Amino acid sequence: MARAAVSGRLTGRLRWQTATVEDVRDETGTARTLVLRAPDWRGHAAGQHVDVRLTAEDGYSTQRSYSLASAPGGDRIELTVQRIGDGEVSPYLVDVLEAGDQLELRGPVGGWFVWDPADPSPVLLMAGGSGVVPLMSMIRTRRNVGSRVLFRLLYSVRTPEERYYARELGPGGAQGGLDITHLYTRSAPEGPRRPPGRLTEDDVAAYGWPAEFAPMCFVCGPTGFVERAAEILVAQGHDPQRIRTERFGPVGG
Amino acid sequence: MAVISRGFHGRRPTEEKLPPGQYVVHDFPVLSAGPTPVVAKEDWQFTLTTVAGDTRHWSWQDLTALPAERPTVDIHCVTKWSKFRTEWEGVSLDTLLDGVDLDGDYAMVQSYGGYTTDLPLEDLLDGQAWIAYRYDHDDLPAEHGGPARLLVPHLYFWKSAKWVNGIRLMDSDEPGFWEGLGYHEYGDPWREQRYQGD
Repeated sequence: MARAAVSGRLTGRLRWQTATVEDVRDETGTARTLVLRAPDWRGHAAGQHVDVRLTAEDGYSTQRSYSLASAPGGDRIELTVQRIGDGEVSPYLVDVLEAGDQLELRGPVGGWFVWDPADPSPVLLMAGGSGVVPLMSMIRTRRNVGSRVLFRLLYSVRTPEERYYARELGPGGAQGGLDITHLYTRSAPEGPRRPPGRLTEDDVAAYGWPAEFAPMCFVCGPTGFVERAAEILVAQGHDPQRIRTERFGPVGG
Repeated sequence: MAVISRGFHGRRPTEEKLPPGQYVVHDFPVLSAGPTPVVAKEDWQFTLTTVAGDTRHWSWQDLTALPAERPTVDIHCVTKWSKFRTEWEGVSLDTLLDGVDLDGDYAMVQSYGGYTTDLPLEDLLDGQAWIAYRYDHDDLPAEHGGPARLLVPHLYFWKSAKWVNGIRLMDSDEPGFWEGLGYHEYGDPWREQRYQGD
């Protein structure tokens, strides 16, 4: 049976491989970045994710998917994991795992929610909470390849303390051509441009791109955020085919 | 050999009907590749296209006039969640396709918004698949594929196309949306056929 060539990076069998934790970094009180060395890593595209498998001493094992936060390059990859209160896996990854530990992973997975650095279109990134993780891979990829493609990030987060990558996405982390807007939903720092609240049409109009610029839009976050953001983009005239979505449910733990 | 995760204990599944690598959820996660299409029932249409290129159409009224079934099924998403005993209402593909010339071994399922997924035609027949328009005793919400979605619970849930609007029969297989992006062409949860080559 003839099959069309498969695009993306998933050609051939995806095998489980062993990765070693090199470092861990706290992002917030409930989220941590794992720096992993995966000797058999064959690279990834910005926006892809991995499957992580944990195995207990009695052989019980379970899997979850986590977005890659790092730009592709070499055999070091980074995942940023949010601890889910009643989760089975995320509390282990955030609270227990430490440098020197090993885990199994398989990937990269997903060939749709990816940014192609060869595409000159402007990019609109819209993140709700931990949804910023795959978008961070796109921002880091843009920087690493020296791209001058115009990026705008709208990052909706409850409070300033819950921002991921605060230094890299803060005032000191400026990159030419990357505009960052934080939209606080619960409490904002002093002198905000906007009172705390959920994403609105006005936010998207003010800090996004006009539809006639035909940007690629990547929206990632909890379902309610993604539904609302995509609905606003469509209502403002963006082509649904240029709006890519990924939803992080509370079941990601 | 699996790597043992120091200090990881995990939770043993309380149900024996959990496919490998899956875990149980009690809410209903939403996964979609793009914005949710808005399709009114009065605009909804379902088109069957045979291998010969003949078409047959059903309106919302046509669909809901057919005898409905109320399957209660377990569903399994390739992103690893499984949800037990979900309750649906819809029309069996056996009913919908009764009397149609079912030439061709494969089917390409098509949706509003452009999504596609392929599967063997035989997996749609013999009481294995429905066009579902009610979930949990209520209209199917748009984010879960309303007004109508395909329901093929014995395969990973990406085969159960949301916002379904047609099936094209084919002599030979072609990859649909996720199948062309590296996911498995068949997707049996019990054989853990997640990605190409599994």
